[in-house]
Amino acid sequence: MSNLTYEQSKSIALKTILLLAAITVVEVAIALVGKGYIGGHDFTTTFIGAAVIGLVMAALSFYKAIKIIFEFMHMSYEIKGLYMSVLLPTLLLVWAIIAFLYEGNYWNDSRQKLKMKHESSIEYVEPAKDILKDDTYLM
Amino acid sequence: MASETMEHQSNNELWGGGKSPFGASYGKLMMWYFLLSDAFTFAGFLIAYGALRFSVPSWPLPDFVFRLFPFAGHTVLPLIFVTFMTFVLLFSSYTMVRAVQEGHRENKNGVVFWMFLTVLGGAAFLGCQAWEWTTLIKKENMSLTQNPFGRHTTDGVYIDKSYEDVHGHGHEGHDDHGGGKDHHSMNNDTHYGLLTGGGGGSMEFKKGDSYLLHKVPAMDAEGHEILDEHGQPVMEWYKRKFKFKDPKTGKEEMSQEELGPKAFGGLFFFITGFHGFHVLSGVVFLIIVMLNVMSGIYEKRKNGYEMVEKIGLYWHFVDLVWVFVFLVFYLL
Repeated sequence: MSNLTYEQSKSIALKTILLLAAITVVEVAIALVGKGYIGGHDFTTTFIGAAVIGLVMAALSFYKAIKIIFEFMHMSYEIKGLYMSVLLPTLLLVWAIIAFLYEGNYWNDSRQKLKMKHESSIEYVEPAKDILKDDTYLM
Repeated sequence: MASETMEHQSNNELWGGGKSPFGASYGKLMMWYFLLSDAFTFAGFLIAYGALRFSVPSWPLPDFVFRLFPFAGHTVLPLIFVTFMTFVLLFSSYTMVRAVQEGHRENKNGVVFWMFLTVLGGAAFLGCQAWEWTTLIKKENMSLTQNPFGRHTTDGVYIDKSYEDVHGHGHEGHDDHGGGKDHHSMNNDTHYGLLTGGGGGSMEFKKGDSYLLHKVPAMDAEGHEILDEHGQPVMEWYKRKFKFKDPKTGKEEMSQEELGPKAFGGLFFFITGFHGFHVLSGVVFLIIVMLNVMSGIYEKRKNGYEMVEKIGLYWHFVDLVWVFVFLVFYLL
């Protein structure tokens, strides 16, 4: 176990929780400023803006996770073999995230392609008629 | 009793080989491996959320879906309530650390005190989640298969009024707490175009704006409410119609609001529910361990309240998962 005294570990815990709380406030602030609720400019309308904001928030969350694992769960006081055997397998998730998000995006593209193919192969129909047919509550 | 004997044996013989692997007790190491497997389960769910979110052209905006606060009426407070929930869980994680530290110096009363605060934090979090779910299910009619939250994929102009403009907020019934400003007034003075929710007086909307479909009593041709066999009004979705210019043909076309991506409700209730179930079982185990601490079982073992440390690992893991649920569902 650790060689820290009771007082030392108490102050580390307090510092860690204050840091985690501060990061959470920053994350929420980024989310609200980024979408324009504070400041009035929506940065997420451009791909770059949305990607930068998303990545910054993901990085901050990742940092929070590291702090929780190494300080609150005492991983930094365990021997190397223990934390390697627990943390290394999670690296597999890196590829899982990339692969599945890429796949999800592919589904979206395929759907759009099918829709366009379908639209170009049929005669143009006035869409309003179909919608107004079951319009009962306005009559 | 049996487990207590086993624990003593394994501690004495240090797993039987004279030297404990990784310098950790059997129980602690197995808790770590259980948490690793649980992390993969949660990761699977969250990755599924990401893949499904990427697979549709539009997805509900979390700042709009999670904008209400208890006793604040219709005041638009994007993400404030979930931030509060996050703080509750973080605080309970801190009290758990303190309980473990008191355990290391064999301070029984200290362990009980800090564990009790942790139980309170867990219960408060569950209460918050109950309110969040009740609001979504009862007030906003979200279910596993129906998602009333949508976003516009084009700019356009509504051709009929919002339900609020016609009927006020009456559809939400007597559980409307009133109080704060409703979102009509918020619209006029701040940048809340994204949060009109199908109301807000403005007839124009932009691509990406959010809306919330309401359920209203169905009317027959003479304008009478249709009743079911129990005499209750039959409810149906109120979908506003709008005009928009087709970007390809340049022609003006008509369309109407539709329910948002179907997967949203199922993913939300399943993933936050699975996390909530972890919190609930965590609270139950914390209470059991706390009662054992009070009874003096762990004091006799003289191992620095290792059981408190093990349940502490589980509790921090619940907080750790929430960090990512918070990121994926609420922040992004």
